[in-house]
Amino acid sequence: MNNRLYGNLIFELSKEGRKGYSLPKNNFGNYEIPASMQRTEEAKLPECDELTVVRHYTNLSNNNFGVDTGFYPLGSCTMKYNPKINEEMAAQPQFQNLHPQQPADTVKGALALVKLLEQSLCELTGLAHFTFKPYAGAHGELTGLMTIDNYHRSRGDMQRKKVIVPDSAHGTNPASAAVCGLEIIEVKSLADGTVDFDDLQRLVSLEGANIAAMMMTNPNTLGLFETRIPEIAKLIHDCGGLMYYDGANLNPMLGACRPGDMGFDVMHINLHKTFSTPHGGGGPGSGPVGVREGLQEFFPVVSPYYGNYGVMMRAYAYILSLGREHVKEVGPLAVLNANYIKESLKDVYELPIDTICCHEFVFDGLKDKSTGVTTMDVAKRLLDYGYHAPTIYFPLLFHESLMVEPTENESKETLDGFIAVMRQIAEEAKTNPDLVKSAPHTTPIGRVDDVLAAKHPVTTWKVLKNEIL
Amino acid sequence: MAQFMEGLLYSESHEFIRVEGEFGYIGISDYAQHALGNVVYVDMPDVDDEVTAGEEFGAVESVKAASDLISPVSGTVVEVNEALEDEPELLNKDAFANWIIKVQLSDPSELDNLMDAKAYEAFCENA
Repeated sequence: MNNRLYGNLIFELSKEGRKGYSLPKNNFGNYEIPASMQRTEEAKLPECDELTVVRHYTNLSNNNFGVDTGFYPLGSCTMKYNPKINEEMAAQPQFQNLHPQQPADTVKGALALVKLLEQSLCELTGLAHFTFKPYAGAHGELTGLMTIDNYHRSRGDMQRKKVIVPDSAHGTNPASAAVCGLEIIEVKSLADGTVDFDDLQRLVSLEGANIAAMMMTNPNTLGLFETRIPEIAKLIHDCGGLMYYDGANLNPMLGACRPGDMGFDVMHINLHKTFSTPHGGGGPGSGPVGVREGLQEFFPVVSPYYGNYGVMMRAYAYILSLGREHVKEVGPLAVLNANYIKESLKDVYELPIDTICCHEFVFDGLKDKSTGVTTMDVAKRLLDYGYHAPTIYFPLLFHESLMVEPTENESKETLDGFIAVMRQIAEEAKTNPDLVKSAPHTTPIGRVDDVLAAKHPVTTWKVLKNEIL
Repeated sequence: MAQFMEGLLYSESHEFIRVEGEFGYIGISDYAQHALGNVVYVDMPDVDDEVTAGEEFGAVESVKAASDLISPVSGTVVEVNEALEDEPELLNKDAFANWIIKVQLSDPSELDNLMDAKAYEAFCENA
């Protein structure tokens, strides 16, 4: 890991009159810009030579930690490797240089790819149609719920405004439902995090005629497979509601089972998780929404264009490079890797639900709580050893959640290295707890004051300059 | 370890109420502040707002999570602890001393549904 922090802003490197570009000769004559649209003062742009710009961005990128630099076991996020062939395919100028306003008959190849990707996703999920307009997962959730809302309205079933969401769900589920103007009803989880079927039956008997949909993530946020899906789907369908599948945890199911076969009517896929397109750092993401036959006419218009087209190309390259026979290995290998880590660490980390998990699992902190070392401390200490921290304090079902998702890509050596370091940290918690509590020690920035950051966020250079300089 | 103060009544959602005559001071338990971690924001109702037993009256945000505040009783808010606006961390320093709202009780019989310190401690141990 790079332990020297590069913290310059490009504006600090600016020298008046220094340039790294030259504009081409103007072959188009001069156009008069109306006075009302002209700048009254110079644009405040940095002025730098090319080498300074190259060094600046290279140094900034060295501050990053990504899947290409090390193991990234962030639970609930599927930070899988992005194969370089995806980038090669998406970088082809015939695709990269397309303009969104180009006439359709000049982009037939690009449109054919959308259709082929749709067919692949239909085959993998058991649904009949996909829309590629949503720009990310939560946008997909919203699009899916709007589809459901449109469907109920079209039948004149106007009172269906309630969505059942498990209390263990990703926070985006209730948020998307609320943005869609729907009301959330929470269904309880059992101790193992799966849906409490008795509580669901109670909710359905109370609210059946008002239920628009039930949103589910399977496997759930503890990485456990919901075994009562057929009964749940029947219960919801019988009361007139639809089943929504949150595709965040699709990875372990890839090639093993399909949401469409389980009775789900609408789902979104995070292409940037399951289908190996870049993830994190703001995307760009892609959240295509799939529906069973007959629901496609209720897709809302959430964008005039086809989402992030380059991301779709990467996802299709991934599907084709695996092929029908190898795509089936994704889920089982992701499950095997997660279980290998879980079993190798459960004697020193608290495993609240000791069962076979899917693609991820959740520890409830260290087994030995007497040292006062928390999940936060363990996560910070991992940074010292060159690992990205797992997801911490989610799900909220436990006080010290530490959620690990290794993905299918990692070698046994990488998994063993991570296991050894996790055991080492558990040992340090006993022999030298202060070392762990004050971690990280080798990163460019030490333990950050997250209370101050939350209470008093400094989000721009201007604010920082006014306050500190 | 979490403290369980005698003389207060507790709810399953980890609020306490200290009853003085027709008024009750409502806050979160020491167990709750431990579980939440460093509190960074307290969302409180306004004076004269009505609160209902079992329903949300605000929220506590910590560096880990945001958590709804559920009122243990019904009544009218007569005072809010304004010190928490600038110093939400007071809840971590002493959760029992730093109540969040003072309520005029509309139905004191609701207090019968709450736990005493001993019962609440047992409830937390089994949680």
